[in-house]
Amino acid sequence: MGRYVARRLLQMIPVFIGTTLIIFLMVHILPGDPIRAMWGDKAADPAQVASLRHEFGLDQPLWKQYIDYMGNLFQGDFGKTFGGREVIDEMSESFPVTLRLTAVAMLIEIIVGIGLGAWAGLRAGKAADTGVLIFTLIVISIPVFVLGFLARFVLADQLGWVAPNVQDSTDYAQLFLPGFVLAMLSMAYVARLTRTTFAENLRADYMRTAMAKGLPRRRIIGVHLLRNSLIPVVTFLGTDVGGFIGGAVVTEGIFNVQGVGNLLFKALQQREGSTIVGVVTVFVLVILVINLLVDLLYAVLDPRIRYA
Amino acid sequence: MRGAKSAKWVAGAAIIALAATACGGNDSDSGKDMNSGKADPNGILTAQLGEPQNPLQPANAKESQGSRVLRTIFSGLVDYEPGTGKLTYVNAESVTPNADSSVWTVKLKPGWKFHDGTTVTSKSFVDSWNWSANVKNNQTNSSWFQDIKGYEDVHPAKGAPKADKMSGLKIVDDNTFTISLTGPVSYFAYKLGYDVWAPLPESFFKDPAAAGQKPIGNGPYKFVSWDHKKLIKVRKFDGYQGPNKAKNGGIDFKNYTTADAAYSDLRSNNLDWIEQIPTTSLTSYKQDLGDRAIDAEYSAVQSIVPAFYTKQFKNIDPKVIQGLSMAIDRDTITKTVLHGTRTPADSFVARGVIGYKPGALGDIVKYDPAKAKKLIKDGGGVPGNKISIQFNADQSHKPWVDAVCNSIRKATGVECTGDSKPDFQADLNARDNKQVKSMYRGGWVLDYPVNSNFMRDLYGTTAAGNTSGYSNKEFDALAAKADKAKTLDETVKMYQDAEQLLKNDMPAIPLWFYKVNSGQSTNVFGKIVYGQDGDPIFTDVQVKAKK
Repeated sequence: MGRYVARRLLQMIPVFIGTTLIIFLMVHILPGDPIRAMWGDKAADPAQVASLRHEFGLDQPLWKQYIDYMGNLFQGDFGKTFGGREVIDEMSESFPVTLRLTAVAMLIEIIVGIGLGAWAGLRAGKAADTGVLIFTLIVISIPVFVLGFLARFVLADQLGWVAPNVQDSTDYAQLFLPGFVLAMLSMAYVARLTRTTFAENLRADYMRTAMAKGLPRRRIIGVHLLRNSLIPVVTFLGTDVGGFIGGAVVTEGIFNVQGVGNLLFKALQQREGSTIVGVVTVFVLVILVINLLVDLLYAVLDPRIRYA
Repeated sequence: MRGAKSAKWVAGAAIIALAATACGGNDSDSGKDMNSGKADPNGILTAQLGEPQNPLQPANAKESQGSRVLRTIFSGLVDYEPGTGKLTYVNAESVTPNADSSVWTVKLKPGWKFHDGTTVTSKSFVDSWNWSANVKNNQTNSSWFQDIKGYEDVHPAKGAPKADKMSGLKIVDDNTFTISLTGPVSYFAYKLGYDVWAPLPESFFKDPAAAGQKPIGNGPYKFVSWDHKKLIKVRKFDGYQGPNKAKNGGIDFKNYTTADAAYSDLRSNNLDWIEQIPTTSLTSYKQDLGDRAIDAEYSAVQSIVPAFYTKQFKNIDPKVIQGLSMAIDRDTITKTVLHGTRTPADSFVARGVIGYKPGALGDIVKYDPAKAKKLIKDGGGVPGNKISIQFNADQSHKPWVDAVCNSIRKATGVECTGDSKPDFQADLNARDNKQVKSMYRGGWVLDYPVNSNFMRDLYGTTAAGNTSGYSNKEFDALAAKADKAKTLDETVKMYQDAEQLLKNDMPAIPLWFYKVNSGQSTNVFGKIVYGQDGDPIFTDVQVKAKK
């Protein structure tokens, strides 16, 4: 087990270097100059542009910029934004916000998704199953921003149950609406996945054995069936964390949540290389660690899997 | 309603309003009661503001967001009367030129204080300008000081500065200083209304970076706090002696991720002023807001500019460009595609600027397909019979570019397509490097309300704003002569003549003037008054007293 984890951690290094390099190159290869763009339609003063480019190291050759950037990164220095703030400060302000939003969305997704899926799976082929199928298909087919505007229009503007925007992102109650919208799509997938595995495993041999042993129904479903059925669902939930952080770009924009998605969007608009690479670096780390945790969870869920 | 719980930093009035809208949510009450009740001189206003791109230093606001805050914290020497563009004195007692307008004497109103209690003197201005002009200090607006003698010493085109003071700035006494320019500029006093000319206190120079996070100014409001990407607070400065004392208690500038989010907060009275109605609501906002909807023109113009360095336009007969201009149905496009957010341009100079002459371009901006065809034919046609208009796709330019193209195609048979660049950076890059294939989208918001700003600074051969390669010796000579004129009136008059010259030459095709389409909440007392730059005059906004 320890050796397996160590090997996985070592594998992270090339993945990490590769992704950061690709993102770094992508940001810097685009035509145009972010410093020049600060002047917009107005004429830029070449001397001042040169001086600013020098300050942000943009006058160095690309390979040197990357090496310098990575060197600083390993000392915990994520560089500065064009506005002169530390990127690390910007990130430490916005990451907690997105994590809170993701947690709310995760919770909604797990409770509603698995609940619906289990309910449909146990009643495979009956009206409840069909109802859940129709509902999830509708949710999957609607784009997130449409869902967002719809939810806001109905719940906030028309019914007045919730505030239309998030005023304070530390208030979980306010994060419910964006969390709900963010969770919708994944929730539908989780429901479909849970339903399918439930329906399949219901017919498995060990279920018949458990029934024949005369175990109580609650125990059969709650322990044997649920635990086995959750393996693919857990995988999906793990990959979904990354998806949430990405999906947050749209949702955060709609509901005025000042999180990472928004930080990344603004940084892309301004081509702020240090912020973009910084945020993506953290994304990559988060996703790599979560993938490892998901793999380790398998062993917990499925006694047949052993990591040497 | 949950929103009220977290609104602890919103003026209490908002909470009451929230409770009022909680039932139903039909908040399209008309503005009939805009003037009911009375104003609270200490009421707090909430206004929309994006995160300023740069630290809050007077010469470092290249975009409207930073400059919106800076103007509340700093007062300049002069300001402009909204509507007429006339010069008014703020921190200056007087700004007077010598005989040929090359040396200017500034007298300050004595006894002004910075928010930290120190006195505003000539030195505060001179030190501030010297520091801001210095290329080392990386102020984006440093080139604003280029008229002053000795600017090259602190801001050489290459290499390190040779001095840290401009020789043109001389302190006479605590309240008087002189500015010597490299040449005569009759409207120099008008330039002094821009943010960059603000004074700075002693404490600034000890740690400019820290001062950029916590600015200390001499303006009507003092800075309180900046919670990055969320909120900037400024409060009324009681010791303020200027003519534009704040009529409210202060402003909370709130950051919104999108115009839609801000708009829904405006409608639920969580926000008192928004910067722009979202595109999705442009057709309905006047019904939503009634009298509280704002639809006002400001001094900015959008044009399409031929790239004169291309084979296509190198030796073009201006008649062809005039023809293209007459093939654009500005009235219909502004009404339909642009939802009335722009008004058709009739001059190179935007309205609200001194020297704007209604109908200066006469028929050339009128839609007339027959005449357009004839002019193009007389001018020898469009080379290749095909033009393209370059624009940046990261903003909503595509609809109007397509409409302009359709209009040209229909009227004249000249093939026209949009040439989209993925973002503004790429668009500017093509313009700067002279890689535009045919024509490009150009925009210009006023820097100071004199017509020279819309001509000399854009179409002068050596003007930094001239990226189209346009050059006309006759115009350059006229502009130089106009800048030397004895009085501003003469200058303006000569530039009006120069405009007629440009009319025959068509360095660009003006399309339309910009408008502010915005709104105010029910907490605002009376209608908000706007300046020529399209921003509210915040000091004059009044907030309703709580009942």
